[in-house]
Amino acid sequence: MGGSDHDDGRDGQTPPAAAGDMDDFWAQALVDEPQETYVLRLYVVGNSPRSRWAIRNVRKLCDQHLAGRFDLEVHDLNQEPWLAREAQIVAAPTLVREQPLPVQRIIGSLSDIERVLVGLGVPPNPTGDP
Amino acid sequence: MGTYESKANVGHTVESLDVLQKVPTGIKGFDEITVGGLPRGRTTLVCGSAGSGKTLFALEFLVRGAIDHGEPGVFVAFEETAVELTQSVASLGFDLDDLVARKMLAIDYVHVERSEILETGDYDLNGLFVRLEYAISSVGAKRVVIDSLETLFSALGNEGILRSEFRRLFRWLKDRGVTAIITGERGDGTLTRHGIEEYVSDCVILLEQRVHERVATRYLRVVKYRGTMHGTNEYPFLIHAGGISVVPVTSLGLTHPASDERMSTGVPRLDAMLGGKGIYRGSSVLISGTPGTGKSSLAAHVANSACRRGERCLYFAFEESQGQFVRNMRSIGLDLKPWLDQGRLQFHASRPTLFGLEMHLANMHRLIEAFDPSVVVVDPVTNFAMVATNHEVRAMLMRLVDFLKSRGITAVFTSLTAGGGALEETDVGISSLMDTWLLVQFLEGSGERNRGLYVLKSRGMMHSNQVREFHMGAHGIDLLDVYVGPAGVLTGTARQAQEAKERAEAITRQQEMDRKQRDLARKRAQLEAQILALRAEFEAEEQEVLANLDQDKRRELNLSRDREQMARLRQADPSRQQNGGSAG
Repeated sequence: MGGSDHDDGRDGQTPPAAAGDMDDFWAQALVDEPQETYVLRLYVVGNSPRSRWAIRNVRKLCDQHLAGRFDLEVHDLNQEPWLAREAQIVAAPTLVREQPLPVQRIIGSLSDIERVLVGLGVPPNPTGDP
Repeated sequence: MGTYESKANVGHTVESLDVLQKVPTGIKGFDEITVGGLPRGRTTLVCGSAGSGKTLFALEFLVRGAIDHGEPGVFVAFEETAVELTQSVASLGFDLDDLVARKMLAIDYVHVERSEILETGDYDLNGLFVRLEYAISSVGAKRVVIDSLETLFSALGNEGILRSEFRRLFRWLKDRGVTAIITGERGDGTLTRHGIEEYVSDCVILLEQRVHERVATRYLRVVKYRGTMHGTNEYPFLIHAGGISVVPVTSLGLTHPASDERMSTGVPRLDAMLGGKGIYRGSSVLISGTPGTGKSSLAAHVANSACRRGERCLYFAFEESQGQFVRNMRSIGLDLKPWLDQGRLQFHASRPTLFGLEMHLANMHRLIEAFDPSVVVVDPVTNFAMVATNHEVRAMLMRLVDFLKSRGITAVFTSLTAGGGALEETDVGISSLMDTWLLVQFLEGSGERNRGLYVLKSRGMMHSNQVREFHMGAHGIDLLDVYVGPAGVLTGTARQAQEAKERAEAITRQQEMDRKQRDLARKRAQLEAQILALRAEFEAEEQEVLANLDQDKRRELNLSRDREQMARLRQADPSRQQNGGSAG
């Protein structure tokens, strides 16, 4: 607090500088937004071809489009049946986006990557993917 | 899971193992209609429009199963959360939290929201299967309800997948050996909106709610029940404080025992007319008559005499309030207040239009079960015609009479008949339900109206065929003989005049007879006096004659002595002389 008072006093006229801070804030916000971590949970039932397809598809998608900012867990409901109720699963496979909110569910084998990305709200061509 | 062991000992309605086994639902009346309940190990579809009671029906099936039959259940709810469900049935006395805590019930709320779901590629409903399996095994469920599956159609778009998955689900439930109820919303022209009845082939139940004369009534119908007989009618049912009650029209049947015990009507002369002992206990009595003939008063006498014997009586009044009724009965010398205070008499006054016929019936059932009276009075039944057709009233009365008879309760119904016309015809509809039928009618003549009471019928006893004058005074009801003679039937003052005349004539006749008797006595006295006089005369004569005879004898003796003397003097043979003398 004292430090900032001191700084203001030293710079003297600083209205333009304050406006510059606001611009910086918005710029920073826009840069931060895509960096948010995606919390994804994939629920499958058994080791069926459909389950394997879904797991492969969601792994590929995360590596390609969400590198470094995803948290993916895969659950087999045959092993952990209580999770079906907790996560409100009806169809299988179901991919649940728990973060960012709101919760979104994508059901099916996730074969259409473009559609899944729209469902997850991930920009199609993020940085780091040439 | 042990499901196969318990099969044998629950199906008590099953004659042999080949026959379809059934699971009692515990819903009042429903098990009678279906002769045992729902098909064991099969899936039943319960369909109906919104608010027809599907969810409640299904839930009561689980609750009764858990409480009465020890069969745990699973409720899969698509439309209400567990908390909402628990709250909405708490008023019916179902404590779902308790059942869940005792592991007799598992509730799984399935939340599906279209806006949250995106479909990409192929999927199945294995998530739902896992949940069902998990819920079933967590409580060892034998009963499953899915309410309502069709919600999935609006949440998930791929109808082809859903249909094939539903088919798989029903097969899976069957293989699993659970008795299931699936609910479905009524569609336009079809039983369910998405036609899922085509997957359920065993049992389909339709619930409906219709409004007649602004009074809503719910109906239940068994549309289909493969492999068993069942009632096919549309049965009214109610949702009340104890859950659902289906009221089968004829299911109670004519199997009630008949009592030989007789009970007084509270009017001694009426008892005398009914074979001298009154009505049979547990029978039904109809008192019909035009307005103001004293039907309620007669019914009140029956109630009063029951209370006096220490029995309980339940009085349903649809015309008068309790206070008014007690006051009016006091005017004819019946004090009902002590019975009310002692709890022997319970009075329920309501307007028939308060609710529908079925609700009235259910209400009566509930009160009768709670109070357990020996006499029930419904005064009058004809007022129900305000809220229903005559046919419905008859059907309702039949059920009420069957119910009362099965419990051995004596029932008294009063029936208001319109003035004029054939009184008996108007009641023909309900009279066949009644064992004893009393008709109170005005007899008009010589400028006054007097009440006449007839016993039109009374099953199983020698009853009087006479009309009696029905008189209400400050000391209750009196039945008086009417005057039947050449002048016709006389009642009231005409009867009194006639009686006075007859009394006068009788006195005259009596006096005449007395006089004749006195005459006779006098004549007898006269005769006896004459006899005495004659006898005295005779005796006097007799004495005189005897005295003369004596004198003659003595003279004769003297004469013969003189002759002997003379003969002795003439020296004659005494013996020859004597003989010759007597022969000469």
